[in-house]
Amino acid sequence: MLIGHFTEQPWQDDTSGLMGTQSTDLGISNSFYNPAVGASLYNRYLDEKLYAEEMGFDAFMLNEHHSTPFCMQGVTNIGAAILARQTKKAKIIILGNVLPIWDDPLWLAEQLSMIDMISYGRLVSGFVRGGGRESFAHNAPPHFNRERFEEAHDFIIKAWTEPGPWRWEGKHYQYRYVNPWARPLQQPHPQIWIPSTVSVETVKWTAEHRYPLVLLATKLEPTRDAFQLYHDTAKENGYKSGTQNLAYLFKVHVDETEEKADEVARKYLSGVSNPFLAGNEGQINPAIMSLPGHTSRTSNRLQAASFGPAGRFGTNRRPYEDQVEDLTIISGTPKTVLPKIRHVLEYLRPGSIFFWDGDGAMTHEDQMRSLRLMGEEVIPAVREMGKELELFSSFEVDPRTGEKIETSTEVAS
Amino acid sequence: MAVNASEPVEQELVLANTNVKLKKAGSGAPLLILHSEMGNADWLKYQQELSKTHTVYMLSHPGCQGSDQPDWIMNMRDLAGWYLQAIEELDITPVDVIGLSFGGWIAAEMAVMSPHSFKKMVLVGAAGVKPEQGEIFDIFGVTPQVFQEKAFFDPSNTPEYQIVCPDELTEELALEWEYARESTCRVSWKPYMYYPGLPNLLSRLKTMETLIIWGSEDAIVPLNSGEIYNRSIKGSKLEIIKQCGHRPEIEKAEEFLKLVTDFL
Repeated sequence: MLIGHFTEQPWQDDTSGLMGTQSTDLGISNSFYNPAVGASLYNRYLDEKLYAEEMGFDAFMLNEHHSTPFCMQGVTNIGAAILARQTKKAKIIILGNVLPIWDDPLWLAEQLSMIDMISYGRLVSGFVRGGGRESFAHNAPPHFNRERFEEAHDFIIKAWTEPGPWRWEGKHYQYRYVNPWARPLQQPHPQIWIPSTVSVETVKWTAEHRYPLVLLATKLEPTRDAFQLYHDTAKENGYKSGTQNLAYLFKVHVDETEEKADEVARKYLSGVSNPFLAGNEGQINPAIMSLPGHTSRTSNRLQAASFGPAGRFGTNRRPYEDQVEDLTIISGTPKTVLPKIRHVLEYLRPGSIFFWDGDGAMTHEDQMRSLRLMGEEVIPAVREMGKELELFSSFEVDPRTGEKIETSTEVAS
Repeated sequence: MAVNASEPVEQELVLANTNVKLKKAGSGAPLLILHSEMGNADWLKYQQELSKTHTVYMLSHPGCQGSDQPDWIMNMRDLAGWYLQAIEELDITPVDVIGLSFGGWIAAEMAVMSPHSFKKMVLVGAAGVKPEQGEIFDIFGVTPQVFQEKAFFDPSNTPEYQIVCPDELTEELALEWEYARESTCRVSWKPYMYYPGLPNLLSRLKTMETLIIWGSEDAIVPLNSGEIYNRSIKGSKLEIIKQCGHRPEIEKAEEFLKLVTDFL
């Protein structure tokens, strides 16, 4: 089992008037942005990652969003590059680079190779299509989103694996000289993981490529449906998938007392609006979320329930209590969160998990207490559960073949 | 086949290697109308009136509802080239053309690529030219309903507004809009809704009679774009309709029809 840590790295500034509001996605001017606050927050979030490694986390999950306060990290490769040098053991799992917004994927291939080498082979390179928000914020053509994703993916794999120089004359990318003077340390290339919020197309594509699939804080039932779709697709493609092919991100906050845990976990909902945080999604701009052609005419989603009853086009503002009830939010003392985590593990059987913590309006102190308690009591116990339930990550069992990997077991030890 | 002026006949046919939908109505000299970024759903007063004196041809652009989207059409050059072949295969060239908004951009590009394909050209609130003052409104950043409302100066005093943007949206119209926006997006995303070289290319048009019609209150394509069209096309004429938004053919149908009928 691989246990990782995640936060969206939200903007937090009590003087901005943005905390706890239902603000509109991509509707906030950066006149509210105070770089002095930004400097402090960027360093805070890096400090928390360093401490997470010290507390025994196996991995950092990093992401990026654009032009929005709910995620400060507009360039995930910068966070990854810093952690590559400043940490020693934890996997650096980027979920992920938004391929369709890159006009020059060769540059991305070089950056990722550098991160892999500087980290001595700890990079996991996730790729995403991105939402309408990302296309809009970087003026990437939404109608070619999937085509650009697939072509950039194919190009990067080739740039990592096939000696140059060679040419690439594709539909969306053209190069007359591909010969990057940087190659990934992990051979043939770093693992590729694909995060999703239960898009059928993405789940199938991921299974066809035998890449681990990461479900992002979706509700348990549609998540299990998506995992089953993955297993079915794997079978159709002639291989047997298992826990090593599946990962799940969910909200877990641990504190010293039940009262304290309850008080702090409510802060998931009281930061700046985040479309991915049920209860404080803010107002979605439907035009931008569904830019023309961004989603193919034939695509569908497993269940609109992925973000609650209103699906992706609305806000459901589910109360905190409801989310605690259906385990969308798990908070408590180590003793009370462990049975809930166990239920998630038994129900979904992922080989890798990420605790989403330190988000919303949670303070640095809130996060550090939780990380300490996780290190002292939660992570060791969850590791035992993983062994007992035979939940193996993609570093223990090869997701392409189902064969045990003998050399990398130190991750789980 | 008898063609009734008030009701078009819809045909499915293959033009330029693509399955497309054609609306055809009226009799007389052929008149090609290139629809806007919102599709080819309606048959409104301006179309009914024009089909009393002309055989009106309105193709649903490639990718719009009823027409296939050729994979290779990736920019305006591709689309204009496709359209030139399509109207040659319809055997209506040289033909009078009216281009509405995004359709005006297509017409202008076709004209500079192949001036002999058109007789007279009418551009109405045409996209395609970068304004020196103001910006072309980003239709993809808002929902279709918000766009429709912005495209009219006074929707409440536009009799046909409820047809083009009904309070109760039907699934059929929602799909028409979605497909039209998608196919428009495909060729207009970046640079958004213009081609930088078009004003210079338009200087090729030395003998084509051109009428440019603009709403004085156009909130989608600034009137300044119309002025640039006017100074770039030799012998063109710019007519501005007062108290009118981006869709003069709907909002001020009578004034629009008078200008067009006198010109054609």
